[in-house]
Amino acid sequence: MTGLPPNRCVQCGLAAPTPPLGTLAFCCSGCRTVFELLADPSLAPAAASGRSYAELDDVAFITEVGTPLPGGLVSLEVYLEGVHCAACVFVTEKVPQLVPQAREVRLDLARQVATVVWSPAVGPLSDIARMLERLGYRVRPLRGTSARELRRVEDRRALLRLGIAGAIAGNVMLLAFALYSGAFADMEHGDREFFRWLSAGLSVPAVCVAGVTFFRGAWASLATKTPHMDLPIASGLFAGLVGGLVNTVRGTGEVYFDSVCVLVFLLLAGRRLQQVRQRKASDAAELLASVTPGAARRVRLDGGVRRIEEVPLERLAPGDCVEVRPTDPVPADGTVLTGSSELDVSLLTGESRPVPVGPGAAVYAGTLNRSRTLEVQVDRVGDDTRVGRLLRELATAPKAPVVRLADRLVTRFVVIVLTLAAVTAGVWLVVDASQALDHVMALLVVTCPCALALATPLAVSVAIGRAARAGLLIKGGDPFEALAKPRGLRVFLDKTGTLTEGRLRVEQVVGDASLGPVVSRLECDATHPVGRALAEAFTPAEGSLTDVEHTIGGGVSGRVAGLGTVRVGKPDWVTPEWRRHALAGPLNDAIALGRTPVLVSVDGDPRAGVALGDPLREDTRATLDALRAAGVALGVLSGDHPEVVAHVARTLGLEPTDCHGGLSPEDKRARIQDAVAAGGVVVMVGDGVNDAAALRAATVGVAVHGGAEASLHAADVFTTTPGLTPVLTLTRAAGHTLRVIRRNYVFSVAYNVVGAGLAMAGLLSPLVAAVLMPLSSVTVISSSLLGATFRKEAS
Amino acid sequence: MSVIYLVLPLSMLLVLVAVLAYAWATRAGQLDDLETPAVRMLEDAERGGTGAPTPPLGRLDDDR
Repeated sequence: MTGLPPNRCVQCGLAAPTPPLGTLAFCCSGCRTVFELLADPSLAPAAASGRSYAELDDVAFITEVGTPLPGGLVSLEVYLEGVHCAACVFVTEKVPQLVPQAREVRLDLARQVATVVWSPAVGPLSDIARMLERLGYRVRPLRGTSARELRRVEDRRALLRLGIAGAIAGNVMLLAFALYSGAFADMEHGDREFFRWLSAGLSVPAVCVAGVTFFRGAWASLATKTPHMDLPIASGLFAGLVGGLVNTVRGTGEVYFDSVCVLVFLLLAGRRLQQVRQRKASDAAELLASVTPGAARRVRLDGGVRRIEEVPLERLAPGDCVEVRPTDPVPADGTVLTGSSELDVSLLTGESRPVPVGPGAAVYAGTLNRSRTLEVQVDRVGDDTRVGRLLRELATAPKAPVVRLADRLVTRFVVIVLTLAAVTAGVWLVVDASQALDHVMALLVVTCPCALALATPLAVSVAIGRAARAGLLIKGGDPFEALAKPRGLRVFLDKTGTLTEGRLRVEQVVGDASLGPVVSRLECDATHPVGRALAEAFTPAEGSLTDVEHTIGGGVSGRVAGLGTVRVGKPDWVTPEWRRHALAGPLNDAIALGRTPVLVSVDGDPRAGVALGDPLREDTRATLDALRAAGVALGVLSGDHPEVVAHVARTLGLEPTDCHGGLSPEDKRARIQDAVAAGGVVVMVGDGVNDAAALRAATVGVAVHGGAEASLHAADVFTTTPGLTPVLTLTRAAGHTLRVIRRNYVFSVAYNVVGAGLAMAGLLSPLVAAVLMPLSSVTVISSSLLGATFRKEAS
Repeated sequence: MSVIYLVLPLSMLLVLVAVLAYAWATRAGQLDDLETPAVRMLEDAERGGTGAPTPPLGRLDDDR
């Protein structure tokens, strides 16, 4: 109907998957919905998750995260899953036409965050959330409004400073051009004075308003007695400004206003660049963290009628009763009242096997319900839960320091520059006292480490940008320098979910393998993780199946036409006599390796055994081999059973003495702290809540794809693609980044040596300084941008 | 050359106006999101031809 090729979206014309014959192509659910809505608004699909979003209407929640606006309106930020194109902007911002209480929806495409303004007097927020979900975008309210507001103010201030610095630098440079050409063409004295006074007037706000952050940094560096690049920068700026002002008032001598102003602008630009890149990564972490639904299903007896309501987590109190459906996370620590199910506790403890729970069993927040609905009596909520305590410890845990090359260099740099300044002053006081001040000022200005200060932020920001494309988000710290030397690096890895996939899979079949399709058929509507793994492992058989019966804590049985009664499940449940059968040997071996055994019998006769385990990720072996070849010392820290860990260590050829199982989160952290104290760079790679403390304690913490919220908070780096390959990419790119940084240092030091020599000899005119300083910065900028960090891995 | 005594201060005044305008734009949040407005403009222009009303957007988030 549109004349577009079949693989183009009919709504927006972007590339789209080719649709089945006779249907239209859409690039995303947004475009499909727009198309359908425009045709007939009543055709909008029903909400996919069936969530009522009633927890969004809680008054306490709205006052916590919302911002009141004049006219009784409230503004709130939500994360919208799956927005990515112009149609998404169009359709989400049309919501005010579809829901009466919505006044405005503004989408920020880059952050995937929408600002919703609505009138609570007209109708609830949950209507808007449900409409957004009907349009194809899941809604997640963002917490931490005040922190984001602070960041926004800080961002705007940095932009403002950069703008002021840029405007002044440009104009002072124009004035300097006139002064330089005037120096060769006999400028009138009055004109020259006028230009100098104008430049001086412009430089004062450039240094005192835009450049004030350098003076603050220098002051902090002096107060804490830690060397920082801001110190020589501030002294250079100060010498340039004050010396220039003195010479302007005196009407003689040189002024370096143009160098000073360009310096402020370039330095601010370099810092802003690095900040923007890191901000992107931490935004992404925040969005991933908001994935936890902040709601629980509270069960209430209302006049003898059992009612379930969705409430925000904050409203849960000890003594409440909550319903936990399959695939839902447990919202608080508590005790099971009714129901029995199996919990996936791998994120909390690292244990790979699902843990069966029944009435009376203790359950913990952050674990996942796997098979059946549970009713849980809440004992502890929020910060008092096990996860809450872990997170609280995290907030106060000390971070292993990274010693930066720049920090080491800067102390020496300051000492050398001050010595040279003293020498220059001494020599020129003897030779010609009237010129001493000018030459010292020239020295301080020209050695102001502009290129040196740009070298690291630029190289790092280029590396962070390329890392993001290679599936690595770097949100804090500076992992590149720490990881640059693989030799002497100690990498500890979590097992469940990091080395392995973190879910059950069929690893071994013994006996009659032809029964596989029958087993898959029997388990096809199982909810139990073992059943799901079996169902997915084989192609289900055709044919009639009757008398299917699931036994909780046992397995499944059914009558298969042409075969007989098939029982699949725990060996003891299938037949108590299984230990006397020939299959007992392989099954016992599987148990010894920490695998879950399943027996298949036909008419009471054991025919096949299946061992399920948590298999290694596809790229684990190759990644570890490459790391080891580079000289990295590897170790495993796991909360899983020691025999399982030992088996994995054997399979991967790791030293058994470096691989530890059965560790609590505190044990993991203690081992990391010991390694850090022993010296050297320690990297922790993990995915679970139980790894969070260790990730924080390590020099560099890497959270792998699909990990828990807490691990994202604690880590410095997290990967956005499954597998361990990004870890290898990171160490390789780190080496390259450090080489780029070193090369930049060599360039800038060379320029500084030339400049300092000229200044000391009294040959450094403002014109030479004006050429030399930007030239050194340009060299460093091109050297950083041309570095091929990540390029090979990313393509 | 005496004209520069008039023109240069005037041009500095222009710079001041530009910087003030930039400061206002930054404070008003016009530089917070540089991606979506471009896309939004495209989408609205396309719809403009069909005569569909554009929703009242704009002022609210600038007041934050």
